[in-house]
Amino acid sequence: MNNFSYTQAASTKEAATAAQGDKNAAFISGGTSLIDLMKSNIEQHSLLVDLNKLSLLGIENAATGLRIGALERMSDVGENPQVVQNYPVISQALLASASPQLRNMASMGGNLLQRTRCGYFRDTAFPCNKRVPGSGCPAQDGDNRTLAILGGSESCIATHASDLCVALVALDTKLTIENAKGQSRSVLLSDFYKLPGKTPHLENQLQPGDIITAINVPAAAHARKSHYLKVRDRASYAYALVSAAVGLDVQGGTIRSARVALGGVGTVPWRVPAVEKALVGKAPTEENFRAAAALAVRDAAPKEHNKFKVELAQRTIVRALLEVMA
Amino acid sequence: MEPQFSDQPGGFVGKPLVRVEGREKVTGKAKYSAEFALPGLTYGVIATSPIAKGKIQSIDTTAAARELGVIAVLTHQNLPKLAKTPNDAAGKKDTGAPMGFLPLTGDEIFYAAQPVALVVADTLEHATHAATLVKVNYAPQKPIADFHDPKAELFDPEKVQDGKQKGHTKRGEPQAAFASSAIQLTATYTHPVYNHNPMEPGSTTAHWEAPDRLTVYESTQGVTRTQSSLAAMTGMPREQIRVITKYLGGGFGCKGAMWPHTILTVQAAKAVGRPVKLMLTRPQMFTSMGHREDQSQVMKLGASADGKITSLIHTKQSTTSPWDNYAEPNSKIVDLLYASPSFESSYELARANVMTSTFMRAPGEAPGSFAIECSMDDLAARLGVDPIEIRLRNYADHDYGTGQQWSSKSLKQCYARGAELFGWSKRNPKAGATRDGRYLVGMGMASASYPVHNSQGTARARLYADGHAVVQAGATDLGTGTYTVMTQVAADSLGLPIEKVRFELGDTQLPTAPNSGGSVAAGTVSSSVYLACQDVWQKLIKAAVIDKKSPLYRAKPEDVAVEKGRLFLKKDPKKGEPFGELMKRGEITDIEGMAQGKYGSGYEDAAAAKNADATEKDQAGHHSMHSFGAHFCEVRVDMDLGTIRVSKWVSVIGAGRILNAQTARSQIIGGAIFGIGSALMEETIRDPHYSRYTNADLAGYHVPVNADIPNMTVEFVEEHDPYINAMGVKGIGEIAMVGVAAAVANAVFHATGKRLRDLPLTPDKVMMAGLPS
Ligand SMILES: Cc1cc2nc3c(=O)[nH]c(=O)nc-3n(C[C@H](O)[C@H](O)[C@H](O)COP(=O)(O)OP(=O)(O)OC[C@H]3O[C@@H](n4cnc5c(N)ncnc54)[C@H](O)[C@@H]3O)c2cc1C
Ligand code: SF4
Repeated sequence: MNNFSYTQAASTKEAATAAQGDKNAAFISGGTSLIDLMKSNIEQHSLLVDLNKLSLLGIENAATGLRIGALERMSDVGENPQVVQNYPVISQALLASASPQLRNMASMGGNLLQRTRCGYFRDTAFPCNKRVPGSGCPAQDGDNRTLAILGGSESCIATHASDLCVALVALDTKLTIENAKGQSRSVLLSDFYKLPGKTPHLENQLQPGDIITAINVPAAAHARKSHYLKVRDRASYAYALVSAAVGLDVQGGTIRSARVALGGVGTVPWRVPAVEKALVGKAPTEENFRAAAALAVRDAAPKEHNKFKVELAQRTIVRALLEVMA
Repeated sequence: MEPQFSDQPGGFVGKPLVRVEGREKVTGKAKYSAEFALPGLTYGVIATSPIAKGKIQSIDTTAAARELGVIAVLTHQNLPKLAKTPNDAAGKKDTGAPMGFLPLTGDEIFYAAQPVALVVADTLEHATHAATLVKVNYAPQKPIADFHDPKAELFDPEKVQDGKQKGHTKRGEPQAAFASSAIQLTATYTHPVYNHNPMEPGSTTAHWEAPDRLTVYESTQGVTRTQSSLAAMTGMPREQIRVITKYLGGGFGCKGAMWPHTILTVQAAKAVGRPVKLMLTRPQMFTSMGHREDQSQVMKLGASADGKITSLIHTKQSTTSPWDNYAEPNSKIVDLLYASPSFESSYELARANVMTSTFMRAPGEAPGSFAIECSMDDLAARLGVDPIEIRLRNYADHDYGTGQQWSSKSLKQCYARGAELFGWSKRNPKAGATRDGRYLVGMGMASASYPVHNSQGTARARLYADGHAVVQAGATDLGTGTYTVMTQVAADSLGLPIEKVRFELGDTQLPTAPNSGGSVAAGTVSSSVYLACQDVWQKLIKAAVIDKKSPLYRAKPEDVAVEKGRLFLKKDPKKGEPFGELMKRGEITDIEGMAQGKYGSGYEDAAAAKNADATEKDQAGHHSMHSFGAHFCEVRVDMDLGTIRVSKWVSVIGAGRILNAQTARSQIIGGAIFGIGSALMEETIRDPHYSRYTNADLAGYHVPVNADIPNMTVEFVEEHDPYINAMGVKGIGEIAMVGVAAAVANAVFHATGKRLRDLPLTPDKVMMAGLPS
């Protein structure tokens, strides 16, 4: 870890301004991701701007949708009765993440910006294009069991590690982002993340000084009937090998709308519109689920050790859909 | 033979006493090795090599040395020289080092994360930061990652485990017997690198109290062994070196010998003239204190049409370091478990750019039992015979490997009781046929065994006239209950209440005890404690018979007995007195007893064990001495997703006298969980091109969490074994994990009908095996 200075901001504008003035600045919320990265010298920041005094709070459930302040803790959101009832997929994704201690500390905003668990990224002794642009990607023919089969490039196949994002991206979530000028903008989460392409170190659309202030999830029938399924190497406290966030609106035995997204397989939280489209208008049967799920991995480009994800992703979707219907 | 402990009416031995040091631990008062705040203490942090093979061309320490608080930056260029290093064969032997190479003795890099510099600073933070500023220029070369590497060359080591075990063994005509067997099973079993990952990482605090006096607070399973290594390396007499380990946060073998960071800290403390504390980081724990080597075993089992084993042939290939021929001796348990008329084993090693592997809980027995116990399950399935029945058909009524009789063996009782507790009779004989919704349910079992290794140790007991006692042995409590069980043994032996006995351990100034490893500690230390207490009584009896005022005056010492602290005439028990009265009258404030307890063959036949070759010591007695047990496992396998959950567990163990029902149960469930981890999730992954681990932390290396483990049932079969030691204790630290991976894999086979032999059984492997749907 390098030496750094620390400041606590009293307003969003003050925080944004402080961060904008230093190109190596970082915001700190729960610090559960950031401090790890700094301790391992994966990130070096000269200034930490603490957001915890800001009033980016609130879990507001309205008829139009759910608004969650970026500083709300994962545990508070995951256990919120409104979220449990109206957005089960969000609650389940949160409660399947990390450990209770971490969830008590970790913020919703920070969760969206956590970085990949690719082992090469996490150890500065290795080359890694995401960490040191142009240094190479040893994961391509190395330990890639947990890495992405979708959205990768020759430069990087790192998986996006968040569970929450899989649920959010399935539900057409928008982020509210504010900058130093006091301007606020709204960005669809599915547009927020960048595919690695040739620049895997550029992960999202945030500009220096941009702060995520809120997460907005539109209300929908498929949000109420939703489910998160996470497949992992142990029963708890592990990242997903594959996960699926699904939501269905079924009326009179026919699927009116469907939402399906995958975790653990994509370089970004991976929504699969083709699967959703294939489900709409069909009966919610296992057979139809299976046929639709096959479309999720049409473009899969697995590597030596993650071939299993092509099959597992489909099965996870099918199982999640069966469970949401159960 | 020595006297034997017998149960005291109302005694403490065997009772589920809670840990005597429990309160100290949970209130933070217990001082672990890194918690001694010495005046002028400084902090050491190791900088490591990113590459696995190459040469250091230059080191620039200026930036690091300039940092705030930095006291010294030590490299191979300026570290104080040692009297001896393990870098040559003689040095390795003399220093007792587990690895034939000490980092910071030259410019060559042999393995990834090899130490290249040690920074000493006034705070941990300063040292940590400065360590990242040491600039090293390397000339990298292409490393060899493991025995699979196309460039790796397999060779026959002749001896494995550092020369302590024969590589080749042969009994009968196994090849011919196999070739003519009605049933021939050949299977390959593999597992990756495992790391011990004790909760407490390795740590050393080195304090030169004078130029010729060194005290080291060390996280070790054996203070004496560390002292020996330090004496050899520093060239100082052993008595000028004191090693202290009051509490240990687990070891599992990785703290069994002295690894490089310890001597480097000692050298650093010498260099800076202040005490230095060094604690390995969690990632460094994967490359500093050994590991269980990645390996592949081929198990050939020949049997007659009615399932009687005719031949067992075991070969193992594994990765070792550039210097040492280390391989766990897997074949021993293969040879031992069943009545096979013929047996053969051999080992092949390949050198790679890795550090030397080392003993890890049940070294050899754990992976070896995976091979033989899965093969037995295959044999049962092939014949359509119950897995317990196939084991009974091949039950070894004596040790076929050595020809000796067992000192005691309760394996049949373990099978029977385990089956009963588990509900084995409900098992559908057909594999892949039990379902619960989308789960395939399977039941599996496996046998377990672990040797009673030859070992010895000394203890001292000091009884005070006021009725309290201090009992000491330089043993280690790995966190498993040594403090507690020794207090129980001493209390019963001295007839005192628990609160009146203090047991002290973990210091080279105390009488020498063996390393806590190989499951020897409980048996050896408890025996020496018991005998030291007997020595106290013998001395007091002698004092009584010459004391005119004693009712025992002029009695023959051999006619006097002691019970609950009262000395009395055996023939006329009314004649006697409590020890306190005798001592007070004679103005004896305290009296000290001392004794050596022997464990294993040395107890049964001390002379034979003394003269035996190192590799044959365990067999030097007249009996073959082992604990035995059986594990039963139920799994639920998700037929779509391939995830496995253990849903029921039963272990029944026969291991001689059980000193404390509660700590013993904890040992068994701890070991079983260790084994479940190895079966289902643990794996250190080495990149094939860089020969460097890609998951060296506890986020990447999965050990079981609570949610992975069901309620576990543990029982012990009562055993009285008079041949093994004065307490009749066999030890349970390692048998707890032997056979566990096989029990899990056998349950998975029963659930799915698929035999998986490549550990760990992660969901990808299970799913890709093609489960029934
Ligand atoms: C051992 C472990 C296991 C984990 N397991 C899981 C898991 O299974 N599933 C899962 O989804 N996650 C998991 N996580 C990740 C965890 O959820 C994240 O660390 C956490 O959500 C980050 O939140 P934080 O508030 O602590 O972020 P911080 O560490 O404070 O910040 C993370 C990043 O976000 C930036 N940031 C924070 N808030 C804002 C904001 N409002 N606007 C702009 N930028 C901001 C920071 O500058 C930093 O770059 C795990 C983490 C650990 C350490
Ligand atoms: S996959 Fe991405 S993060 Fe991993 S090594 Fe390659 S570039 Fe780095």
